[in-house]
Amino acid sequence: MPHPETWLKTLPDGLFCEPGGFYVDPVNPVARAVITHAHADHARSGHEAVLASPETLRIMEVRMGEDRAGGHRQPLGWGETIDLKGVRVWLRPAGHVLGSAQVAMEWRGSRVVVSGDYKRTPDPTCLPFEPIPCDVFVTEATFGLPVFRHPPAEGEVRRLLDSVGLFPERTHVVGCYALGKCQRLIALLRRAGWDGPIFLHGALMSVCRAYEAMGIPLGDLRPATASNKAELAGAIVLAPPSAIADRWARRLADPVTCLASGWMRVRQRARARNVELPLVVSDHADWPELCRTIEEVDAPEIWVTHGREDALIHQVEKEGRRGRALRLIGYGDEEEEDAADPVPGGETNAAPPPLAPPATALGPTALAPTALGPTTPGPTALGPGGPDREAAPSGAADSSAAPRRARRGRGGAGGAAA
Amino acid sequence: MIAFAELLERLTLTPGRLAKIALLRRFFETEPDPDRGIGLAALTGELSFEAAKPALIRALAESRTDPTLFAWSYDYVGDLAETTALMWPDPEPDRRRNAPVPSLAEVVDGLATTPKTQLPALVAEWLDLSTPEVRVAILKLITSTLRVGASGRLAKVALAELGGGRIAADDIEELWHGLQPPYGELFRWIEGRGPKPDPRDAPVFRPPMLAHPLEDADVAALDHALFAAEWKWDGIRVQLVATQGGRRLYSRGADDISAAFPEIVEAMRFDAVLDGELLVVRDGAVAPFADLQQRLNRKAPTARMMENYPVAVRLYDILFEAGEDLRPLPFAERRARLEAFVREEAPDRMSLSELIEVPTLAELQELRAGARAASIEGLMLKRRDSPYLPGRPKGLWWKWKRDPLNIDAVMMYAQRGHGKRSSFYSDYTFGLWRDTADGGRELVPVGKAYSGYTDAELKQLDRWIRNNTVHRFGPVREVSHAEDHGLVLEIAFDAAQLSARHKSGVAMRFPRINRLRLDKPPGEADRLETLMALVEGVAVEQ
Repeated sequence: MPHPETWLKTLPDGLFCEPGGFYVDPVNPVARAVITHAHADHARSGHEAVLASPETLRIMEVRMGEDRAGGHRQPLGWGETIDLKGVRVWLRPAGHVLGSAQVAMEWRGSRVVVSGDYKRTPDPTCLPFEPIPCDVFVTEATFGLPVFRHPPAEGEVRRLLDSVGLFPERTHVVGCYALGKCQRLIALLRRAGWDGPIFLHGALMSVCRAYEAMGIPLGDLRPATASNKAELAGAIVLAPPSAIADRWARRLADPVTCLASGWMRVRQRARARNVELPLVVSDHADWPELCRTIEEVDAPEIWVTHGREDALIHQVEKEGRRGRALRLIGYGDEEEEDAADPVPGGETNAAPPPLAPPATALGPTALAPTALGPTTPGPTALGPGGPDREAAPSGAADSSAAPRRARRGRGGAGGAAA
Repeated sequence: MIAFAELLERLTLTPGRLAKIALLRRFFETEPDPDRGIGLAALTGELSFEAAKPALIRALAESRTDPTLFAWSYDYVGDLAETTALMWPDPEPDRRRNAPVPSLAEVVDGLATTPKTQLPALVAEWLDLSTPEVRVAILKLITSTLRVGASGRLAKVALAELGGGRIAADDIEELWHGLQPPYGELFRWIEGRGPKPDPRDAPVFRPPMLAHPLEDADVAALDHALFAAEWKWDGIRVQLVATQGGRRLYSRGADDISAAFPEIVEAMRFDAVLDGELLVVRDGAVAPFADLQQRLNRKAPTARMMENYPVAVRLYDILFEAGEDLRPLPFAERRARLEAFVREEAPDRMSLSELIEVPTLAELQELRAGARAASIEGLMLKRRDSPYLPGRPKGLWWKWKRDPLNIDAVMMYAQRGHGKRSSFYSDYTFGLWRDTADGGRELVPVGKAYSGYTDAELKQLDRWIRNNTVHRFGPVREVSHAEDHGLVLEIAFDAAQLSARHKSGVAMRFPRINRLRLDKPPGEADRLETLMALVEGVAVEQ
């Protein structure tokens, strides 16, 4: 049984499944990509063929335009599997944003799950994370330090509403990422009883409309720019983090600057960004969730894509698993937009910043000579007619479908490629 | 403890004064006794705990966390109390459900009365029962590092608002140092449920009388004969209170600074309340403000500090003498009482601030223009018939600063402001030219300014900075400052003083932006030597 290290490789363009001939969340345009979710650092534009959940594809089209969201776009529904040149692939919800998926891959008896970004706390705007037992679990570690423990988001939204009550003459402007965080906050505000209009920066509206079209009602949303200062007194305005303390915010009435992000747990981070009311709301797993998830999927090997991999690997090795840092370059963190990079005054320029592909970044395992091979379209290329598609039989996706590898010894000293 | 923790976090991050007052007011309105009074004491710095120290926190953290993960986390967070609070492992859910989060009173009482050996177990118990937010507040209380940026004055303004307009913040100020936590008597009075507390002869602070700046336009209208004139010394304004109940030295903002200046308190062997200026005086000469700064913000001075930076008080006024309230008397009468008092008591380290007797306003104006000692900011004009009133009553006292000095400097760095200015680059570091060893020349930073411009100029500056940024360091931008490309600022300032603490060797007093010199190429801005030449001598004791 070949060790997953022999068939799932980190190349300069990202994580590459060699027998299947596809990348997962590649950072540069490639021939075939499986995309976990539509955040810009995972879903780049310009791939020839894209496989993703229907929601992710829809959001990519809305954000990038149909012409840039990928040549062939193939949806893979929850509960469906697909065979890509002998690699069985299916998606399970990751709980991160609407449409976000974990990618499960099976080849010659071993199973790897790439989580993409995920969280475990319930989110009214997306399906919850479902753990999949596997041999290698590829995880993020954005909040991979034990100081990061996100409080219940409902409580943070209550703090916001409490502040609106205390300062009814001021605008509360909440910095939040345009995809996911924004809609989750709106849904939470509605659940907390805030029925009034919620005003949006221009960069947020299109994704909100897409969510609504996919069955997530968000209530009365209005463009903040069409409103005057008096109307915005006492209002809640959502805007990209880069806009809340910059020129765009000058239109607001004596704003209380709020920022919804897991980073707000650390007071100095709030202070450095001139945030008056930090809201600790994150769409990423916090430390206890990372640890709990690793326990639940119970993989003997944990590969960490990005974030604080040193701490998480330290932790998993204490528990007798093998940890490996993939150091995939190019995955940022949508909660950490550059504060010093102001959104230009015009709304048209206020869309999420374009992501420059990292030109020279080479991962430590980026030397594989086969990097160019799989780009040749083969008979199983994604696209209509190509893939051998089937409805997943119940049980196809559970652990019985693939033989499990025995747990490796403590520290995984002998656990290099089999 | 939950409300207090939330209040602390919000005060720390809220820049606006009115917003801080609103947060404080709500806390005092909604929290029960004695928690609100203890919160008040914590915010005004009245609490400190001997047994609880940072070492205790470190030991606790080591007992409950993985050392490697703690080291990485501490490195990231940068604050011991916060790291420990955030990392502290949650106990079993059952335990938390069965016991409430400790109250503020419980925590403060526990810290004050628990023997040192039992404290770690008690603190660990509190942390187990708390949320991360409350844990931060508990640990910050232990280390007395609340640092919320809310002065005691704001708390008193918020308390006064609680009284619904019947009570002024100054009324509370006058009682304050005669009160003890948890201030039950004070809250009862403010809420109309009890009599006004009587501080008796406690050495309480009296809100000082302040002056308005005298603008050029006001000068002509001034009837010189009605006013007494004296030098405006460049130190810090202090109030000396010595009563049967004790001796205190207060800053203008009502902070008790007695411990920092023990030699002054030692010399206060009288029964009076005096108003004066604290200065460093060496061999009869008043030293520049930078010398006094060496003694400020220190809990207690070393013997060497006291020897190197000897302090004295120049007396301006007398408010009480032997329990008699002199504040209703006209200035002229109080002045006579002050002169007699100094003659009789001859206190050490204290001298009268001399009155300047000149027959005409023109002569006074001339004196002011010629006052070029570093320790003199200008003149004070006080109506001879003015009672001593708290605050800044109009038309009674004027401060008449000497004309500012000017220099043309080049903007080097700009930083975002806070609150209403958070979207603007409003704080500027500027520099002057000096020669380098290799025959070229370079700009050396000489100061920072964040005022003096109009709103229109601020917008103009903001735009220029955004368009001419060469580097970014978080909230700071380095702007273009070459010989032929950059922005020249005309800086006004009150005085230039030698300073070992500044890279340039010179410090400016109250620098502000006077004008934007968009017409001037940076290469033509002033040289460091020009500023050095403006450093003035010291004023000799008269």
